[in-house]
Amino acid sequence: MKILAIDSSGLVATVAIVEDHNLIAEYTIHHKKTHSQTLMPMLEEVKNMVELDLNSVDAIAVASGPGSFTGLRIGAATAKGLAMGLGKPIIEVPTLEGMAYQMYGSQALVCPIMDARRNQVYTGLYQFVEDENGYRMEALKEGCACDIMECIEIANSFEMPVMFLGDGVPVFEALIREHATVPVYFAPAHRRLQSAASVGALAIEFAKKERFTEAKDHAPEYFRMSQAERERMEAAKKA
Amino acid sequence: MTTNKDIYILAIESSCDETAAAVVKNGRTVLSNIISSQIDLHTLYGGVVPEIASRKHIEKINQVIEEAMKEAEVTMDDIDAIAVTYGPGLVGALLVGVSAAKALAFATGKPLVGVHHIEGHISANYIENLELEPPFMSLVVSGGHSHLVVVKDYGEYEIIGRTRDDAAGEAFDKVARAIGLGYPGGPKIDRVSKEGNPEAIKFPRAKVGENIYDFSFSGLKSAVLNYLNGAQMKGEEVNVPDVAASFQKAVTDVLVEHAIHGAKEYNFKKLAIAGGVASNSSLRAAMQAACDKAGIAFYHPSPIYCTDNAAMIGVAGYYEYIKGARHGWDLNAVPNLKLGER
Repeated sequence: MKILAIDSSGLVATVAIVEDHNLIAEYTIHHKKTHSQTLMPMLEEVKNMVELDLNSVDAIAVASGPGSFTGLRIGAATAKGLAMGLGKPIIEVPTLEGMAYQMYGSQALVCPIMDARRNQVYTGLYQFVEDENGYRMEALKEGCACDIMECIEIANSFEMPVMFLGDGVPVFEALIREHATVPVYFAPAHRRLQSAASVGALAIEFAKKERFTEAKDHAPEYFRMSQAERERMEAAKKA
Repeated sequence: MTTNKDIYILAIESSCDETAAAVVKNGRTVLSNIISSQIDLHTLYGGVVPEIASRKHIEKINQVIEEAMKEAEVTMDDIDAIAVTYGPGLVGALLVGVSAAKALAFATGKPLVGVHHIEGHISANYIENLELEPPFMSLVVSGGHSHLVVVKDYGEYEIIGRTRDDAAGEAFDKVARAIGLGYPGGPKIDRVSKEGNPEAIKFPRAKVGENIYDFSFSGLKSAVLNYLNGAQMKGEEVNVPDVAASFQKAVTDVLVEHAIHGAKEYNFKKLAIAGGVASNSSLRAAMQAACDKAGIAFYHPSPIYCTDNAAMIGVAGYYEYIKGARHGWDLNAVPNLKLGER
């Protein structure tokens, strides 16, 4: 199973080729250029560097949300275009699960936090549980959008050490240290943000369970309505 | 390169609230023209909501492309190049089409050609008028644009007049809202005006400073709003068809006068209109009459090619393609892309 993986849900643009247990290529940048300018040139460079025959790819994995609305759509449109052109399926990897999977085997619980502004985060809480194949990742709290204080409460509630990662860390680290009642850790640079290698590796596991999506049916999970929809619903409630 | 091979362009357009794809043969024959309109959704909000438009584009983009290929009875093997609108427009909306087009071109090894949306609108005239070739004068009027353009050659343009404030279609939307007709304003005002007297109310025809070809519609819009306020203060009932017809006449008069003046001044015997407002029946009739009087051949696309569509992008893309225009994988959406720039 050979996977071409993409994650453009945050500030990082990252693409990877993962084949079964091998990471063939990963290209990740954290720079100010827009994903529209970076993602495809990166993919072309990866393709050329590893002499990739695109037709040998079995599926396109994409971080499916949450994240920046525009970033998610650039990733989704890219994945959909690639999948349509190659006649291959898409594997939707929830952004938070892709991030958490980087910490495979962690004894601490894993809590990705993505800054969603105004003290909100996109977050989830994951645990690596030993089984006959090594570890499997289980969600103690499925991905959601919530206030950072609620997120810290959830992290505290299992009375186990928690490893935080994501672009919410620099924003909320002090607050987390202040309110944590369990030991907390913060992932180092190479595990801090999104990684297409991790998305691809988790997609290999999803593929074993046939979690494929037709290219035309894929759309991001935003976790939030658009502002216009929210305002319209609030107005309707008041009326 | 052989000269007798047919050229097939797959075109994608997502600059505003229509998700569209088309297949065009040799720049003039439309083999398919699929448009998924979101208008009902945006009507709830009284105008296009960019985030909602972008969300709909990503849901529909593959179906629309697949349908265009199926209806044209072609496969990717037949396609010579992929053309896509990369500006101007809503950035989030443009990005869906641009990203999908790039990935599809990359996956299939096809050349990528970015197209200017307005160049597409002008090129819509080539579809049904096989004899039409540059140079000619063109008036582009839509919800976002009001341009008087000299089409020097395929892909070569000079804008001689532009709006100083509101676009013509924008003025239609705003006035339609003010007189309670709702969104989208253009077709609604067009319909209601048929019942009204265009001479009933004398609204101003804006003159704009130094450039005689420039437009201004915000003064006219204010005049309509003032008229409505005045009537309300005096407790008079407003005759909506009369207001609509008189407003429409004021817009039409200015558009016709500038376009005809430009055509005469630049010595063109051909005038083509384009863009959503080019569907307006009053504008078409007035422009036809003025052209007949001036001995100018008048061209206009069918309504389906006036609205945002991908067939027009395929036509413009074809002429860019045969001139050798290609874009790289770093092609970005450019929301304020200028005509004639790349």
